[in-house]
Amino acid sequence: MIEIHNVSKSFGAQTVLRDVSAQFHPGKVNFIIGRSGSGKSVLTKCTVGLLEPDQGHVTYDGRNFTEMDRQGRKAVRQEIGMLFQGSALFDSMTVAENVMFPLRMFSDATEAEMRDRAAFCLERVELTHATDKFPSELSGGMQKRVGIARAIAMNPKYLFCDEPNSGLDPQTAIVIDNLIGDLTREFNMTTVVVSHDMNSVMEASDFIHFVHQGQIAWNGPTSELLTAKSEALNEFIFASKIMRELRKTIS
Amino acid sequence: MGLFFHIGRYASFMRSVLRRPEQGAVFRKLLVEEMNAIGLQSLGIVALLSVFMGAVICIQTAHQIGGWIPVYTIGFTVRQTMILEFSPTLIPVILAGKVGSNIASQLGTMRVTEQIDALEIMGVNSAGYLVLPKMIAALTCIPFLVILSMALGIGAGLWVGVSTGVSSAADFEYGMQIDFNAFDVTYALIKTCVFALIISSVSAYHGYFTSGGALEVGRSSTKAVVYAVVIVMVANLLLTQMLLG
Repeated sequence: MIEIHNVSKSFGAQTVLRDVSAQFHPGKVNFIIGRSGSGKSVLTKCTVGLLEPDQGHVTYDGRNFTEMDRQGRKAVRQEIGMLFQGSALFDSMTVAENVMFPLRMFSDATEAEMRDRAAFCLERVELTHATDKFPSELSGGMQKRVGIARAIAMNPKYLFCDEPNSGLDPQTAIVIDNLIGDLTREFNMTTVVVSHDMNSVMEASDFIHFVHQGQIAWNGPTSELLTAKSEALNEFIFASKIMRELRKTIS
Repeated sequence: MGLFFHIGRYASFMRSVLRRPEQGAVFRKLLVEEMNAIGLQSLGIVALLSVFMGAVICIQTAHQIGGWIPVYTIGFTVRQTMILEFSPTLIPVILAGKVGSNIASQLGTMRVTEQIDALEIMGVNSAGYLVLPKMIAALTCIPFLVILSMALGIGAGLWVGVSTGVSSAADFEYGMQIDFNAFDVTYALIKTCVFALIISSVSAYHGYFTSGGALEVGRSSTKAVVYAVVIVMVANLLLTQMLLG
């Protein structure tokens, strides 16, 4: 389990996170949702250590990540996989090399073992035909799937996905959502997804944290989302016509 | 942001860069790639500029001498100019433009496309992984380019001097050998090594700490070249005073 304890973060005079606490459950897809600029990306960056919180700390299965030294963090980070908004694939490497990269850096596996693992991960995301292609030769959806394959290459305990559906068509977005959900259950990972896409939230989430003005304004299981009593949350989720129609149908 | 902020961040960045690489085999592969990019791919421009500069120095010197100044001065001047200043200072300045902007834009693009964040998340020391091979490649390749530049410049001076009739081969060779001090070459190579480190590290610093988008990558690339050249010039003055003054 990943736990965030009383994390605050400011940039100059602007406070982005205010005393945020949250728990991300293992074997579940935990969504962080909220409007643009609400602080969800900063919360994620503080969680994975790309930003240092001004106050509070983050624990991974009881290990205080925020207080760890470089070596301690390095060990925890090898248990983390992350899918970035723009996929962040290494341009100079082929798809297979991208997936093999973390193994090459941190495992004692032989070349053949690394190739086998990369083939397994790429098969899992249905991209075995793209092994020798470069990222620039792939579509956005394929790049995301390669990003997922790379993220799971080290068999991580924790998977972070930053806006996994941004820039994708609805059908491809559903493929990515389902893939994240399936992999989470298959490998029993603690998955954290940052998104403001309500289709994605309804499709893939098990548990939701709604960030509003730098605070967790609501959290709970997805089954309680549509009946939640938070005004800010309701404004957010029922902003689109299709969600308002859904609310009418439910009520 | 203030000068002291940059000095502090540069020092901290260098501390990360100089950490032991995580995987020796990966580091060696990257080093070979960087030596190709920084060294081999700069051979053409270095050779071209050196040949033309050696030839021009020869003609300019011939134009200025006459009367009581002996003709062998041409060979002497070409040698001294190439060894003391053109090859060890101007070649690194030109490489700051070619190599420095390349390093800054590469790292800047990696930063804005989150590739550096991806390395960090994996637990890779991104500064060391990306920058150390570039610095070592620059440190090993640029001195070789400078030695090549000296040889080509002097050779071109000799060829132009003889072919245009301003000097005989014997006069030029006599001038090349007269009053030769081997420490001049040592001084030139010391300067070159320092400049190579400045160019690679300053460019990498600007690229690594890029934030924003394509516009900022371009700005970082420009800043990298400008700062590298200015620091090279200041270092040139200090080193010359320390080593020759």
